[in-house]
Amino acid sequence: MATEHGSETGFETEQEYVETDDGTRRKLAFVDRFPEAARTARICLWIAFASFGVGALFGLIQALHRTNTLRIIPSADYYTILTGHGVLLGLVLTTFGIAGLFHWANTRSLGVAPTNKRLTQGWLWTMTIGTVLAAATIIAGLFDWIPASADVLYTFYAPLEAHPLFYIGAALLIVGSWGAGLDWFLQFREWRESNPDSRIPLQSFMVMTTMLMWYLCSLGVAIEVVVFLIPWSLGLISQVDPLLTRTLFWYFGHPVVYFWLLPAYLVWYTVLPKLAGGRLFSDPLARVTFILFLLLSTPVGFHHQYTDPGIASGYKLVAMTNTFFLLLPSLLTLFTVVASMEHGARQQGAGGRLAWLKGLPWERPEFSGIALAGIMFAAGGFSGMINAGMNINYLIHNTIWVPGHFHLTVGTAYALTLMAISYWLVPQLTGKRLQFRGLASIQPFVWFVGMVLMSNAMHRGGLAGIPRRTAEPQYEQVSFDAVVGTVGEMRIQIAIGGTLLFLGAVMFLAVMFGTWALGKPNSQLRVNGSIPEPLSGPEESPRVLDNLKLWTAIAVALVLLAYGIPLYDMVADGLLWPGSLPIPA
Amino acid sequence: MHVHRFEKLWFGASLVLIVAFLGTIIYGAVGPGVAMVDDSGGTVEPSVIADGNYEQVENFREPGVYDTDDGVNVYVVARQYLFQPGSSEPIEVPAGEPVTFHVTTPDVTHGFNLAGTNVNSMVIPGQIAEFTVTFDETGEYGIVCHEYCGSGHHTMEGQVVVVEQSEFEGGDS
Repeated sequence: MATEHGSETGFETEQEYVETDDGTRRKLAFVDRFPEAARTARICLWIAFASFGVGALFGLIQALHRTNTLRIIPSADYYTILTGHGVLLGLVLTTFGIAGLFHWANTRSLGVAPTNKRLTQGWLWTMTIGTVLAAATIIAGLFDWIPASADVLYTFYAPLEAHPLFYIGAALLIVGSWGAGLDWFLQFREWRESNPDSRIPLQSFMVMTTMLMWYLCSLGVAIEVVVFLIPWSLGLISQVDPLLTRTLFWYFGHPVVYFWLLPAYLVWYTVLPKLAGGRLFSDPLARVTFILFLLLSTPVGFHHQYTDPGIASGYKLVAMTNTFFLLLPSLLTLFTVVASMEHGARQQGAGGRLAWLKGLPWERPEFSGIALAGIMFAAGGFSGMINAGMNINYLIHNTIWVPGHFHLTVGTAYALTLMAISYWLVPQLTGKRLQFRGLASIQPFVWFVGMVLMSNAMHRGGLAGIPRRTAEPQYEQVSFDAVVGTVGEMRIQIAIGGTLLFLGAVMFLAVMFGTWALGKPNSQLRVNGSIPEPLSGPEESPRVLDNLKLWTAIAVALVLLAYGIPLYDMVADGLLWPGSLPIPA
Repeated sequence: MHVHRFEKLWFGASLVLIVAFLGTIIYGAVGPGVAMVDDSGGTVEPSVIADGNYEQVENFREPGVYDTDDGVNVYVVARQYLFQPGSSEPIEVPAGEPVTFHVTTPDVTHGFNLAGTNVNSMVIPGQIAEFTVTFDETGEYGIVCHEYCGSGHHTMEGQVVVVEQSEFEGGDS
């Protein structure tokens, strides 16, 4: 009964994966069952981690520079470093980390290997070449003798112009990710042929809904880059409309946040309950959450443009309403995360109203990292609600509050979850036991403390009006009056927090490098990939939840409603008008 | 489909929270009248601003402060890396009456933020940002360009000085 159930939902029973004391594995680890898929996932993760190392170093340079603690670069180069930090962490670490995680999750839950080797190689190379082009162009900005640069930050607002290779690299990274999505859908089709009546396994369901959302939203930035910015930077068209290209960017710029977060949610829903010692509460509600994200992630982009001229208030109001309803799936997730942990702790014998918290395996980094990421995300969620409110947003728009907010979301909810799950997943992808486990077990706490210091100070600095994206802490004609604390104390916290975060990154990378270099292949692993069945399975839930065509159609309709008329307005006065010539950054 | 009792309660409470949030914003817009930057300022060809041909456009004027019958109007050009007026001389406006700012740029995207207040707008080439502020008290406000606009971005700043209506010299008309 249990096995039959397992094949239907992608959950397997624990017993099948028990490893024996004499070092033999009764059932093989992921790397043994799917060596090709494990290799692809490994490559994705190594590229993600390499970007993470460089991006984290850039972050340290910035934190020390703009707090006037230590300056090793001129202020004009600060923006090159900032561009590198944003692109390497916000686009490369995320996209490759997600590709690795999804490649594992989709294969594991379907039990079917990827079907087309050439496709897999194709998207992997496309993404890699794109990354190398974009990163090299950015870093070239540090050297005067190289006639290329891309000091345009990761939002690359026209008419500040980067070298064409930067835009081409960014486009390749995104197009490559589309190929990865195709790979996973083909895998699903293969599975469906032999399982015509089964419910979609939960992890695969999450992978596919996330990718559908990603196709829908990344279309905006693809049009911005391919139709406008590449021809413009090559001189094929003379001008572009800055408001139109900016709007296309933000059409993509908010859902990309969910592209970062949903893989973390996949881990929180499907792996965290097991790590806490229990099982997921409800499979159907997990599906509902992902469907809500598919529907609502994209028609909200105008909430990044509340302070933009040229956009009527009504469009902003529609986006705001959608944004607040987008809180719903995140609030549901908060419930599931906390409930699953409590259930797990109680299963392990812990009791009491709050004493069960002590019964959780805080010494295991794969658990503590995810739990701490979840706590941070709750704080980030609340500061996000402030951002989302049209009128309060005016107080903090483009202040240092904003990076304070997203270092809690992408910088912790996503990044710390990826690090934590790597402690659990990399052994299964390599067949090597995790090395430096002691270092690993304190690493999530170092990240957490660093982020508490840095982020609280950035939020408060934003309330004082300190801008984001600036190399200098002081202005001659402007004084920043702190509402809570002092500006000097905030600077100290940002410098110390940023340093601790860099230390946390180095610790993580040391564990990963050590595992890769020192771990023996075919070790008996201390972890296994089995995932217990949820308390409430999918079988009682309506089958319409699995109707991805229907949900996609509704998502497209909502996007047309939110964006159709505003985009028509911007295009109606001329596709390239009012236009700007390129201004090299 | 089975939904646990606590999940149902949580779902309901979440919806109430969301509706309450929306309520406060709508109250803010309708009650105290918190207005947004919108499309009312109209569009302008960036090259016209770059060339200083202000007489060619109806919805913008030579940068400066104008005290006209329909209130005080301030026309500001933001460019790499200064506000004109604002950077080399402060923008002087009276307290206690509506002041309408019109801000645009001939080059790249900038920001216009009076630090620590909700006077906050993007300045986008081709668009004129228009927003009205009533300063209750006299004093000095720092203007920060809060959008990265090039390697000298951190030097782009200025000041607004709010004076008593009796001291306000009225600017040009």
